[in-house]
Amino acid sequence: MSQTDFLRKLPGAESEKPTNTFWQFIHIDPILLLLVLITLTFGLVVLYSASDGQIFYLKRQILMAGAGLVAMIVIAQIPPPVMQRWVWLPYTGGLVLLVLVIFHGLEVNGAQRWLDLGPIAFQPSEILKLALPLLIAAYLGKRHMPARFKHVFMSLLMIALPAGLIVVQPDLGTSLLVAGSGLAVLFTAGLQWKYMLAALVLVIISAPLIWKFGLHDYQQDRIITMFNPEADRLGAGWNIIQSVTAIGSGGWSGKGWLQGTQSHLDFLPESHTDFIIAVLAEEFGFRGVCILLGLYLLIIGRGFWISYTAKSPFSRLASAALVVTFFVYVSVNMAMVSGLLPVVGVPLPLVSYGGTSLVSLFMMFGILMAISTEPGTLKS
Amino acid sequence: MREDSFFRDEQYESRLILGRLQVLAFFVMVILAMLALRYHYLQIEQFDRFTIQSDENRIHVRAVAPTRGLIFDRNGIVLAENRPSYTLTIVPENTDGLDQLLNKLANVVSISDIDLERFQEQMDTYRRPYEPVPFRYKLTEEEVARFAVQQFDLSGADIQVELIRNYPLGEYFAHVVGYVGRINDREQASIDIEAYAGSHVIGKTGIERQYETELLGIVGFEYVETDARGNVLRVLERHHPIPGQNIHLNLDSELQIAIQDQLIGEQAAAVALDTGTSGVLALVSMPSFDPNLFVSGISTREYAALIENPAKPLFNRAIQGGYPPGSTVKPMFGLIALQEQSITPEFTLFDPGYYLLEGQERVSRDWKAQGHGTVDITKAIIESCNVFYYELGHRTGIDTLSDYGLRFGLGHKTGIDLPGEQSGVMPSPEWKRAARGVAWYPGDTINVGIGQGDLVVTPLQMAQTTAVIARQGTVITPSLVSSIGERPVVSFVTDQIEIAEEHWTLVRGAMRDVVHSIHGTAQAINRGIETYEIAGKTGTAQAISIAEDVDYDDLELEKRLRDHALFVAYAPVEKPQISVGIIVENGEHGSSMAAPVARVIFDTWFELQALKDVSLGVENVSD
Repeated sequence: MSQTDFLRKLPGAESEKPTNTFWQFIHIDPILLLLVLITLTFGLVVLYSASDGQIFYLKRQILMAGAGLVAMIVIAQIPPPVMQRWVWLPYTGGLVLLVLVIFHGLEVNGAQRWLDLGPIAFQPSEILKLALPLLIAAYLGKRHMPARFKHVFMSLLMIALPAGLIVVQPDLGTSLLVAGSGLAVLFTAGLQWKYMLAALVLVIISAPLIWKFGLHDYQQDRIITMFNPEADRLGAGWNIIQSVTAIGSGGWSGKGWLQGTQSHLDFLPESHTDFIIAVLAEEFGFRGVCILLGLYLLIIGRGFWISYTAKSPFSRLASAALVVTFFVYVSVNMAMVSGLLPVVGVPLPLVSYGGTSLVSLFMMFGILMAISTEPGTLKS
Repeated sequence: MREDSFFRDEQYESRLILGRLQVLAFFVMVILAMLALRYHYLQIEQFDRFTIQSDENRIHVRAVAPTRGLIFDRNGIVLAENRPSYTLTIVPENTDGLDQLLNKLANVVSISDIDLERFQEQMDTYRRPYEPVPFRYKLTEEEVARFAVQQFDLSGADIQVELIRNYPLGEYFAHVVGYVGRINDREQASIDIEAYAGSHVIGKTGIERQYETELLGIVGFEYVETDARGNVLRVLERHHPIPGQNIHLNLDSELQIAIQDQLIGEQAAAVALDTGTSGVLALVSMPSFDPNLFVSGISTREYAALIENPAKPLFNRAIQGGYPPGSTVKPMFGLIALQEQSITPEFTLFDPGYYLLEGQERVSRDWKAQGHGTVDITKAIIESCNVFYYELGHRTGIDTLSDYGLRFGLGHKTGIDLPGEQSGVMPSPEWKRAARGVAWYPGDTINVGIGQGDLVVTPLQMAQTTAVIARQGTVITPSLVSSIGERPVVSFVTDQIEIAEEHWTLVRGAMRDVVHSIHGTAQAINRGIETYEIAGKTGTAQAISIAEDVDYDDLELEKRLRDHALFVAYAPVEKPQISVGIIVENGEHGSSMAAPVARVIFDTWFELQALKDVSLGVENVSD
């Protein structure tokens, strides 16, 4: 470390470095933290309205955000090489829990996703959302890039295992997101275009078969509904029609905080969880949507910067994969609520009510911070 | 693994990753831009459309039914009113299982088979989703209280307070006032849906139907904000309904009740007209029914019982029943013959008990086999001599009888303000050719002359022609309604039949003697009359079944074959106030069955008038 500091003591660079050293010491990325806290606050304001002024949800969300912050700070202290070395542990643990869920999970709405651990219940799939991209990054980071066929194959196997276990819960949405985060690592690691082309062809060919044999009726309904919500106004189409109406009726400046008729008169389903963006759009208008999108863009941008300036291939791949995961959550949720994608259970990061997803988000930011404050030389 | 890293070209790998990062960043920008565009499209471009959609979601226009106008008799006694009633309704979509709910409800309120039947019928007919279906009407206070306690366990059921029509005098006015009932599919197609928004009932018969527009009122609206489950949160704007107009009738309920009580057990009809105005003082058709049954939807079983009753209680005999008038037409035909000089007041003939038309072989008999001896017009009316009237009809001719008959009010609707009136038949050669396709025979004329043959009248027409005689030829359309709201309804004089004064005096005198002379066919009813005199005419008509019933027992058959008893009259003779037409089906003789009813009518009416005069007099003194 001392050697690096010595090398970097160049005229002009001196003034910005001393501040960084403090943050590096406590392993916190101040810019990312500030952006996250602003977004979280905005989210809490919307949540208060979306939960119809029920203080319970707000309190719980703040409590979980506090727990998340602690988890973030703790994780940020772990040096990335340690993560690379030990990430197989949470990965394997997650897999075991996923198997447990199959046999002992709580059944909610016909799907077994939750594991009851006495005081808390959580979805083991949350662990994999973080562990999987880290594991692939750890695996590929040590290997030749672009990855050889053998390594690609091994990576796909590591992805397929948890994805398969989640699909049978059944939870197609989460399974795709988890798989996506792993694939993002492969892509960043320079996966050759020919492989990607081959995969694309394979997907297109197998799509009709998956539709026929791989999807549950309710999953098919959701996809059909997305393309024609009017076909079933009061049934499956209700959610989309009501959320799109809420968004559209917000206009440029919105109906005002706590003034959204769609959400407050209960037309909007799941208004404090997955569909909360509709509440925001209705009450704060397009302006509010743009502000939120701007905040997300800044967080993602900061994430890419962290990846860009990361000190090792593992750090780069891991941080890039986490940022992509975050981005996918944002875009899938916003697209789903505005009727561009079928309804899958994806919360809006930092805004939707939900303890587990909030904590795991903060853990993700912790990893990003550990990477961003990793000592060492920049490799360019 | 180690060899791998040993040979790695770190510079190349770094560039590869950074390149991929750039691709990802570009991809992220494109997707976020697309999302922004999507929200821009929804919120800016489609703003108007979704604003409307969102308002339509929450704002509903709810109709507020106007209060239906009340119906009163001439003395302000209520004949049709609105009463608050607690109705138990069910929204099937909101229940956790309909059968379950019905079982639970059975412990809360009493439920009859009729309720269940009616509920099932309403479930089976077309209804909008989430529209409450009435289940039990007229809950008692106790039932309402029990329901309130159990409500948490009875999701889908609710109690609604609504004003429902009530007929306090029930059977007495069923045929005049009529009744309201649920709007049926056929009516739904023909009414102005908007005007009936919020109203569940419509006038089905009688005054309720005739004056539907006036009684209905004008519907009000309120804009309400509702949540997704349809619960009303607040009223945003309200346009009050305008209540329907109250209707006052010329009917006198005490007179109506007196007549009806007199006719219990009979199949009969009676109409009493105010001679001065042709206002209807009483209009009775027996047997009657309880109109309250229809208000909240009559069950099939109850309805079938009414329909299958051979006495036909739903049939309004007073305006729909067609009967041969028999001898009751004799005063009218006498006036016509005198005016047209086909006979003179001095004309007499000898009645041997039968009549043989010149050139005909068929003998027409008098009801008195030995005959009436020498008969003039007065005696012919007093003793109801048929042979005299065979000759009178023959001399006058069908065309003249028919022309005058129509003017007196036969053969066409009187124009009373009730739906469903029948026109009867005043036969003529033209009518017979058109209706039967057969030529008119001289024998037809002599049959018409004694009120038989093809001549068909309604009890209302009998009263109407009698009133025309009582007014000496002035024809006024009978009317039930005296005022609508504040606006009085006036009757119109439609015709004035010119007949010489001395003929009026002659015939009207003969009608007086029908009741007040020793030979008069209705002399039995003059006993005990002190304050006034009656002019009348009896009639007996061969029973022509008005229904084509298939099965009946012998006893009924026997009665069915008896003649109908008829009586027309007005009183007092000097200054006629009231004219009546009465028929008692299968009552044998007008004198024995129908005339006593007239006496009751007159006695009741004059007693009522005397009481009123006394009370008015007292008022005048106190002033």
